[in-house]
Amino acid sequence: MSDARFVEEVEIQGHIIDSLLLPKILDEILTRGGSYEIRDIRIGKKQTDPSYARIQVRADSQEALDDILDQIHDHGAVPTHVADCETQPADIAGAYPEGFYCTTNFRTQVRLQGEWIDVEDQEMDCGILIDPEGAAARCIPMTQVQVGDRIVVGRRGVRVFPIEQQGRKELFEFMSSAVSSEKPKGVTVREIAQAMKRTKAAGEKILAVLGPAVVHTGGSELVCRLIREGYLHILFAGNALATHDMEQAFYGTSLGISLDRGLPAEEGHEHHLRTINRIRRIGGIRPAVERGILTSGIMYECVRHGIPYVLAGSIRDDGPIPDVITDTLAAQAEMRRHIPGVGMCLMVATTLHSIATGNLLPAWVKVACIDINPSTVTKLMDRGSVQTIGIVSDAEPFLRSLVSELNRSD
Amino acid sequence: MRPHPRILMCPPDHYGIEYEINPWMNRSLGSIRALAFQQWQRLRDTLTSLGVQVEILPPQPGLPDLVFTANAGLVYRQKFFSSRFRHDVRARETPYFDAWFAAHGFEVVHLPEDYFFEGAGDALFCGDALFAGYRIRSDVHGHQWIGQQLGVRVLPLELVNPRYYHLDTCFCPLSATEAIYFPDAFDPYGKKVLQSHVPTLLAVVEAEAARFGCNAVVVGKTVVHNTGCPRLAEQLAQRGYRSIEVELDEFLKAGGSAKCLTLRLDGEEAAVW
Repeated sequence: MSDARFVEEVEIQGHIIDSLLLPKILDEILTRGGSYEIRDIRIGKKQTDPSYARIQVRADSQEALDDILDQIHDHGAVPTHVADCETQPADIAGAYPEGFYCTTNFRTQVRLQGEWIDVEDQEMDCGILIDPEGAAARCIPMTQVQVGDRIVVGRRGVRVFPIEQQGRKELFEFMSSAVSSEKPKGVTVREIAQAMKRTKAAGEKILAVLGPAVVHTGGSELVCRLIREGYLHILFAGNALATHDMEQAFYGTSLGISLDRGLPAEEGHEHHLRTINRIRRIGGIRPAVERGILTSGIMYECVRHGIPYVLAGSIRDDGPIPDVITDTLAAQAEMRRHIPGVGMCLMVATTLHSIATGNLLPAWVKVACIDINPSTVTKLMDRGSVQTIGIVSDAEPFLRSLVSELNRSD
Repeated sequence: MRPHPRILMCPPDHYGIEYEINPWMNRSLGSIRALAFQQWQRLRDTLTSLGVQVEILPPQPGLPDLVFTANAGLVYRQKFFSSRFRHDVRARETPYFDAWFAAHGFEVVHLPEDYFFEGAGDALFCGDALFAGYRIRSDVHGHQWIGQQLGVRVLPLELVNPRYYHLDTCFCPLSATEAIYFPDAFDPYGKKVLQSHVPTLLAVVEAEAARFGCNAVVVGKTVVHNTGCPRLAEQLAQRGYRSIEVELDEFLKAGGSAKCLTLRLDGEEAAVW
């Protein structure tokens, strides 16, 4: 499949097989340097029945594409989209007009003034906002809609490119198989490590979404190594991960359990609350690092290495620590702000934050989801993050083999 | 032979070379009106002598090509698919053709506005398939539309030589299984389609194709065509057809000959419907 980015879909019907019009059109596309993919074909069953083909035509430039389209039009191939997308001004703030186009996480284009334009900030379950000049389009969450915003309605003049046509053959091909606890993990971990290396080499960012089990299982130091070695560029988490990470830094325990001995520490159940209280007294994680109070752990490394983190709150949080954003919409907006430039996402031991992040990511961002519970990965996929590969594993053993794979020389 | 052949013709009272819309036309080489009249009458008389009932469309001043009734539209049983001419100078003929067909009991059908279609000039039945010439005058979209309306198989053939700008200038079905054609008027795909769908295909030599030998009228086992086509006459004789030559050089000056001057109203001999 060609990676040519200039694409148009055409259809042709009639007795296109008998009359050799279909092979002629396909030949014409190839001789003019284009490529094609037959997206749909229906052959007439009887001699008098017409046939139908829908063909995606690709070329390296708009001029080459236009040339091909002009030629094949004369043989009966007509573009399937001949009209611009339709918009309606938003009549209510915080809601789309009825009949709005509902986005997917796949690459999407809208037709504006006869030209196909990429939709920016691709995100599932949003609407599409057209800028006032009618020259650009982007996904917009429902809550951000302002009265008068031009929102795309209906499906006319909108096209979506499912992931399999995006020419990303080299990466994550194995992800087609569903998550299973009975698969060899070594191969998958190696693939994830290689994907992380390629992402880093491509100058794209790696996002980590981490749950507190990372700390409970003793994986903190491994995450710290990922940060120090430049394999982790953004962190999404909740109150718990940060709290237990800092609890470990202050008391050597995670939820009161000694991480060295694996046994409950005396008065250990109070440690996490004392940690939260201490951070609240200081005014946040960054001041704690700057004042030399917090000197190790994931949050410490984040501050030291300038890794942005977004801590989103939940209803069961203790405290929370001051860095936690308790307004869900504000937290979503802050997470969304960090998505551009992300090429890969590692989700470890968290269901809620994984799904929240999966909702924000375009389908071309590779996602590796690691959880002891297979249903976390399944849920993520069922909610549309089909680009996900899953490993059923506890957090620490996965992180350990990941770090060791990353350190293996290729 | 169909029992009561009927053909529509239009006398050349106002015929002349008044514009140039194909490579044959040259205004400086105008036609000789008296000669044109003589040739047209000979064609009409020949057809009448073959048992054809010739219907007359009244000529109109200012419409020199109204004589070429083959381009009026496509007749299918009692339906008349009116042409949408590519050139404005000929589009003015349409109201006269439409009026005649409506007055003679045909249902007049118009194609969608954005299609070009030049009638029997570009659409000829051979058997149950409608062979359709496109790219120069008619476009392929119009033919597909007609195919949908009629529920028949349409086989579009790209015309690649501007001197053979209508299908009836380079292809003439003789019966449901035989046809004559000029291969160089078609691209390789078109040639292949003809070869695989017409069991007996006779290739007309270039010199005789240039005499518009393919622009012939078939009545039963008789083929009426322009003079100067001895090889074609032989080929036809070998297939059991009688060839009658009628000189039509005055009309060749406009890029037309026997077939262009006629429109079969009861279905061509080669059509199976």
